[in-house]
Amino acid sequence: MRLIGEMLSYPFLVRALAGGVLVSLCAALLGVSLVLKRYSMIGDGLSHVSFGALSIAVAAGWSPLSISVPVVTLAAFFLLRITENGKLKSDAAIAMISASALAVGIVVTSLTTGMTTDVGSYMFGSILAMSRQDVCLSVLLSVVVLCLYVFCYNKIFAITFDESFARATGVRVGFYNILIAVLTAVTIVLGMRMMGAMLISSLIIFPALTAMQVFKSFRGVVVCSGILSVACFLAGMVLSYGLSTPAGASVVLVNLAVFLLFAGIARLKHFNIG
Amino acid sequence: MKPFIVCEHVDFGYENQDAVIDLSLAIYPGDYLCIVGANGSGKSTLVKGLLGLLTPTAGTLTVLEELQRGGIGYLPQQTAAQRDFPATVGEVVLSGTLSRRGNLPFYSRREKALALRNMERLGLMGLEKKCYRELSGGQQQRVLIARALCATEHMLILDEPTTGLDPSAIQDFYRLVRELNKKDHITIVMVSHDIRNVILQADRILHMQQQVLFLGTTGDYKKTMAGRDFLGEEALGGE
Repeated sequence: MRLIGEMLSYPFLVRALAGGVLVSLCAALLGVSLVLKRYSMIGDGLSHVSFGALSIAVAAGWSPLSISVPVVTLAAFFLLRITENGKLKSDAAIAMISASALAVGIVVTSLTTGMTTDVGSYMFGSILAMSRQDVCLSVLLSVVVLCLYVFCYNKIFAITFDESFARATGVRVGFYNILIAVLTAVTIVLGMRMMGAMLISSLIIFPALTAMQVFKSFRGVVVCSGILSVACFLAGMVLSYGLSTPAGASVVLVNLAVFLLFAGIARLKHFNIG
Repeated sequence: MKPFIVCEHVDFGYENQDAVIDLSLAIYPGDYLCIVGANGSGKSTLVKGLLGLLTPTAGTLTVLEELQRGGIGYLPQQTAAQRDFPATVGEVVLSGTLSRRGNLPFYSRREKALALRNMERLGLMGLEKKCYRELSGGQQQRVLIARALCATEHMLILDEPTTGLDPSAIQDFYRLVRELNKKDHITIVMVSHDIRNVILQADRILHMQQQVLFLGTTGDYKKTMAGRDFLGEEALGGE
């Protein structure tokens, strides 16, 4: 308790906590759809693209968000499009794009500012990265994502479960896919600087996978992954403060621990029934 | 009786390639039509066209007013992602009523009652809290039919519905579809590879290879060359 009180006395930590909670919530909700539609790697690809965009923005002296949000959104469109067309195998395409974007980022940085600690903080996250502007944008993002998941819940379910059927019953599948891609892009750009380009995709994948271990209904999985994600984030932050470890990596480790716990519970349940 | 769907010299295709050429077809209420043909013969493209997901590149396609906007129940081919999808039977069946809601956000009591009625009709009572991925292949197909029936009472389009089912589940499945067709007068359009069973089930056959090779009753189909080639001599010899 004393530890938490101490944490809340630093304004930058309060900002990080507020922004992080909102971003983890969005990432978890969007993650359920992405994981179930086999788009898990899109999160990873987009975070690398975001790293590339960020390095260019910093090198050119532009504000980071104004560059990376549109670039990553564009990349999200593009990744979805090749996935749908099926010309390039989507996992290969994503691997190609993410490595190229990472390479562009590194070359641009080493040509201009050189490999400073800034680059390290993009790669692995920095707790100091959440600005007031970021927090405002996170609030906006989470309002949109929550509205989408509350008011269009039935459509999200139909699209995630069976795109062809949803399309045949008159749901505008393309529109919702693009909406989810754009929201994922914004979530990743916002979360990346705190969690790190290498680690942000875990926020998207872990909560959904963990919730799927135990829950059998879509509603259960969505609600559980939202709660888990926020809880793991907060636990990770406390851990990181207490042990002076990097925030992003601590959050990922807490997520991993909870996943293993849930997988264990699922195994036990299985044995009891079987 | 007014036909549900009329195609007159219709072409369907993607970009510059036509997958279906010069197809004329009328589907009447109560029909049981099977679409057969080799892989890549345009069957799935035709289904997309009938569902209104593709616009014809030539010819005219007329769909009866009451079937437009989600009035056709559709049973797509199962995807790999669905086999381990965390959803209850209730959730899946209820999602069939989506087209009845328009843009309203939540399901009302009326949709829930409809979903329940269709689960009962297909013998899924007591399974509504069960996880879709834990069902057998045959039960999963029943769930998907219940979902399609929530969308419409007029017409079902089934795309390769027996793929991956074991032989006894396949027979159950055909019996069920036949019952829906004969007792509840639901029009059935089925795309299938399973020609041996199909000629025992359907009233009419459409055999296509981009163009129509045969369209007529099942009895006539067995006598034609197209049918003979596709069935193979021994299949007919066993009749």
